[in-house]
Amino acid sequence: MTNFFAVRTKSGAISFQFSKKTTIIISCLSLTAVFVFILSLSAGSSFISPLAVAGHVFGYGDGSYDFVLNTLRFPRALMAFMVGAALGVAGLILQGIIRNPLASPDIIGITSGASVGAIIFIVYLMGTVSLNWLPLSAISGAAVSAVFIYLLSWKKGVTPIRLVLMGIGVAALMKAFVTMMLVMSEAAITTKSYLWLTGSLYGATWMDVYAMLPWLLVFIPVTFLYTRTMNVSELGDDVAKSLGINIELQRFMLLFISVVLAGSAVAFAGGIEFIGLIAPHIGRMIVGRSFAALVPVSALIGGIMVMLADIVARTAFLPLDIPAGVFTAAIGAPFFIYLLYRNRNN
Amino acid sequence: MSALETAALTLGYGGSYVIEDLNLEIPEGRITVLVGSNGCGKSTLLRSLARLLKPVSGGILLDGDLVGSLSTKEIARRLAILPQGPIAPEGLTVSQLVKQGRYPHQSWLKQWSKEDEDVVQQALEATGLMDFAERTVDSLSGGQRQRAWIAMTLAQKTNIILLDEPTTYLDMTHQIDILDLLFELNEQENRTVVMVLHDLNLACRYAHHIVALYDKKIYAQGKPEDIVNARMVKDVFQMNCDIAEDPLFGTPMCIPHGKGRRINSKKQQSVLA
Repeated sequence: MTNFFAVRTKSGAISFQFSKKTTIIISCLSLTAVFVFILSLSAGSSFISPLAVAGHVFGYGDGSYDFVLNTLRFPRALMAFMVGAALGVAGLILQGIIRNPLASPDIIGITSGASVGAIIFIVYLMGTVSLNWLPLSAISGAAVSAVFIYLLSWKKGVTPIRLVLMGIGVAALMKAFVTMMLVMSEAAITTKSYLWLTGSLYGATWMDVYAMLPWLLVFIPVTFLYTRTMNVSELGDDVAKSLGINIELQRFMLLFISVVLAGSAVAFAGGIEFIGLIAPHIGRMIVGRSFAALVPVSALIGGIMVMLADIVARTAFLPLDIPAGVFTAAIGAPFFIYLLYRNRNN
Repeated sequence: MSALETAALTLGYGGSYVIEDLNLEIPEGRITVLVGSNGCGKSTLLRSLARLLKPVSGGILLDGDLVGSLSTKEIARRLAILPQGPIAPEGLTVSQLVKQGRYPHQSWLKQWSKEDEDVVQQALEATGLMDFAERTVDSLSGGQRQRAWIAMTLAQKTNIILLDEPTTYLDMTHQIDILDLLFELNEQENRTVVMVLHDLNLACRYAHHIVALYDKKIYAQGKPEDIVNARMVKDVFQMNCDIAEDPLFGTPMCIPHGKGRRINSKKQQSVLA
């Protein structure tokens, strides 16, 4: 097993195993993320050379880009990365507990639940309540729909297949809700809601960044506590139980983490779709099936993808700022069809 | 002493009972095989012994401890079960699969001890999978795949191993191969093996102890040579047969009646009868 190295304390109380390949891949992805991040700061209605950006970031700037970089692009790029990372990990977890590579927060109704929460806020509460509460409304929507899906699937425990079927049903129901509310509200609000629904990072501020950050800082590390369990759960319920896992409890906890991550991403960036589906897939292609490797890799890939989508979205059709969700869907939908095609025999 | 014991165990699904009021003792350090016709509750019983199915009533004792009083992880350190036809996720390598068997012995801080490494190595060696360690499970043949799963249960390092029809879907060569492997494990490491098998002849050859289930109860149990006879096969499997002696091993061999081409003389037939 020369591809792995173990780190152990002398007493044996602490021991970990790392794969050399994975370590290298994570380093490369991190570098790529930094590179795309700088590119994201450069690109826009006025192009700033990456060197000048790097200079600015590391404190050698002359202050001429303070407004554009610090106020506009920095929070937006960070937001794009965080949203992508949250969606990537949320999708990874769902695909793990449902044991289906086609699962993702947007397909089984968690994202649409968050959308309902957000649209309710936009239609009924905006103007009277501060916009800062929108994320909470979206996360509550995601949580309500997840609980709903969970309860409907419960019959002496929850099986993955029931979870998917109920999820698809609930997703349809939630989308119907959204449409109904849009039809019944004023034109101006409908436009606003539509923009939000497609998923945009337009106007992301430092306030948003600070509001989103805690969710990520808490729940992505928490995910690491469950990576071993997720590895075992993939072998099937019977095997997982026989290896000493309390399946129902773990499944509930993981679903909860996934809901919070997906819900917070949707709350700040709207319905950016397919990242939760694609990022874990690319992850598995390059690092295999170990969840301890897949969590950081899916987060990095998700983050890079949303940053790229956002760069294209705000530069391709200048002066228009297109929602990034359009581009993730444009790449994601064909990919989804490809996955369906590849899994057609299973 | 018995490794596993059931007391007045009743099992069932949604109101109908499959096993009723069963008292069974599984001898320690022996190979026990559960036999019976399709749907007689062999697999159900095996699953409940491994706490995968909750009994309707009655209890199960593992080394004398009530199973319900032990944590599921503690049970996993003492007893392993290989369910029927497990499926590995696409792209999982053999060594990754076998490593999962260490789960009950690990904690978050102690993810890969020297012992874990050694035991995984031993499990791969015992099952002859050293050369396949980095291959994906889905790229293996049926027999190798089953070996990989057995290696995973071996890595669990338990005294008791339960297997639900470990030879189903395998050709004859691989059936013998898997059973030889389990036999050796029992011989060399004195592990208690309990399995469900369909082939009565192989059961008689490999098992020290056979438990024949019929009509929600134990019809007979004991050494194959003591309990397997034409009468028992008739009652348990509803099939007429002759019991001969295995020419190689001397264990009971069941020869079913029924139809077929007849190419020997009448005389030889009467020897059988």
